[in-house]
Amino acid sequence: MTEKEARFEYLIRLGDNALILGQRLGEWCGHAHQLESDIALTNIALDNVGQARNLLTEAGKVEGKGRSEDDLAFFRTENEFRNNLLTEQENGNFAQTITRQYLFDVFQFHLYSGLCSSTDDFLKGFAEKSVKEVTYHRKLSGDWMVRLGDGTEESHDKMQEALDILWPFTGELFEKTEADEILIASGAVPDLEEIKKIWIEETSAKIEEATLTIPDTMGYMARGSRDGHHTEYMGYILAEMQALPRSMPDATW
Amino acid sequence: MDTAEREKKFQEKIDSGLKVEAKEWMPENYRKQLTRMISQHAHSEIVGMLPEGNWITRAPSLRRKAVLLAKVQDEAGHGLYLYSAAETLGIDRKTMIDQLLSGRAKYSSIFNYPTLSWADIGAIGWLVDGAAIVNQTMLARGSYGPYSRAMVRICKEESFHNRQGYEIMYHLANGTPEQKAMAQDALNRWWWPSIQMLGPSDAQSKNSEETMRWKIKVESNDTVRQRFIDRTVPQAHAAGLTIPDPDLKFNEETGHWEIGEIEWTEFYRVIKGHGPCNRKRLKARQEAEREGRWVREAAAAYAAKQRARAVQAA
Ligand SMILES: [Fe+2]
Ligand SMILES: [Fe+2]
Repeated sequence: MTEKEARFEYLIRLGDNALILGQRLGEWCGHAHQLESDIALTNIALDNVGQARNLLTEAGKVEGKGRSEDDLAFFRTENEFRNNLLTEQENGNFAQTITRQYLFDVFQFHLYSGLCSSTDDFLKGFAEKSVKEVTYHRKLSGDWMVRLGDGTEESHDKMQEALDILWPFTGELFEKTEADEILIASGAVPDLEEIKKIWIEETSAKIEEATLTIPDTMGYMARGSRDGHHTEYMGYILAEMQALPRSMPDATW
Repeated sequence: MDTAEREKKFQEKIDSGLKVEAKEWMPENYRKQLTRMISQHAHSEIVGMLPEGNWITRAPSLRRKAVLLAKVQDEAGHGLYLYSAAETLGIDRKTMIDQLLSGRAKYSSIFNYPTLSWADIGAIGWLVDGAAIVNQTMLARGSYGPYSRAMVRICKEESFHNRQGYEIMYHLANGTPEQKAMAQDALNRWWWPSIQMLGPSDAQSKNSEETMRWKIKVESNDTVRQRFIDRTVPQAHAAGLTIPDPDLKFNEETGHWEIGEIEWTEFYRVIKGHGPCNRKRLKARQEAEREGRWVREAAAAYAAKQRARAVQAA
């Protein structure tokens, strides 16, 4: 793998995470339990779609085949997407959406924080700008974790159920590929093992504060996105997202 | 001061062009009319999120997706802002939302039409936000301070929505034959509902005398409608689209575009609950409310626990 291929893979990974999570959050629009939450979720969706645009545009440039952000978003197959499985999980109820958000926000926050000292100009600039957005997301989802976990018995149970469903998808957030090794060596990206330590510490403390329990999965963690193997949800996400541009491939929008 | 005298003073204040503020005395009917109008407006912003939200996951480019997300978010902000404006009149948000969910309060009937293609997102921005701007620019000159100021602020964002919507339509109308057909079809379906959105014709409109005297509205529905038509018809032509009205003609003498007969029977049918999406829209709002109950209860319970903990710590 060349450095260029490594950069492409990494940018796609970051971009797909932001895109698919933004896509999922967009489904909430108009349906949240109160206006303030509708605005907050839309805002996080908007930040993520914005990040995806920057990242995929850059990925297209790095690749050098003239592909735009839209070519990459709308004309790749499921197997070519590199978003983490966590981001594609269904919205479910608000507990599930918030738990998914929180687990991912803490990851994204520390990853972007690490990228702020990247030797790669693009990644550094991108991270410095985006980490501010993610700081706010992580605060919002973290507050909801505690509020719902330590709210009523009903909300507690819903949160515990959400955590049980989503926890197994957190393992592969930290899985490294050859691209990681190449980019870590040049100082372009942080080591996911380091991020994992901070992530575990921070989420464990918050989960405890929320009076919730990390489920015992007997060592099982889902994996697959690094090889383009997704969960059953992904096909539907792409079918919905890509249908229009694919039905009129010669059109511009 | 007796009521007659107060009303006289109130009228003088309005006639002199001053704004009425929340804490001031106002006739009960003025309060009632404004409460109804502002809460209906707020509900319209919220229900209006649904037909547009319907295309967020399917927007055909990432730029369009981001712009649409931002637009729908703006509409939620308008709702929030308007509920606050209505609250200055002594009603709370919960009561207003209950009225919406139980079907007692109305919202703009235009949102009972479906968004069937991407071009509908263009049509809504261009026509629905366009009609809203013309109406709200008029309402911004109204006598109730908090509402008038809300209108000024909201109109700025609506103008942005309007431009974005027209840009979508213009682009489609000048795209592939399929895209052009999509744009024309959207215009065909949204044109008359947008015309009707500005309210019943002056001949049919009830209690408008008082509304005008109190400057709740400062122009009649037909005047506002004509302004909307005059600004929109040339835009359709510039995009190469045809207004679905065989009787449409330009009157050289008056300088106005004249439209054919408006189908008011359909308008009243949809208002009475029998449009294509009335039930779907209301159901979506009711579900959000029902699904959200445990979240609101949890938030309240957590806040109560926090207060108790603070007391204990002190
Ligand atoms: Fe609005
Ligand atoms: Fe708008």
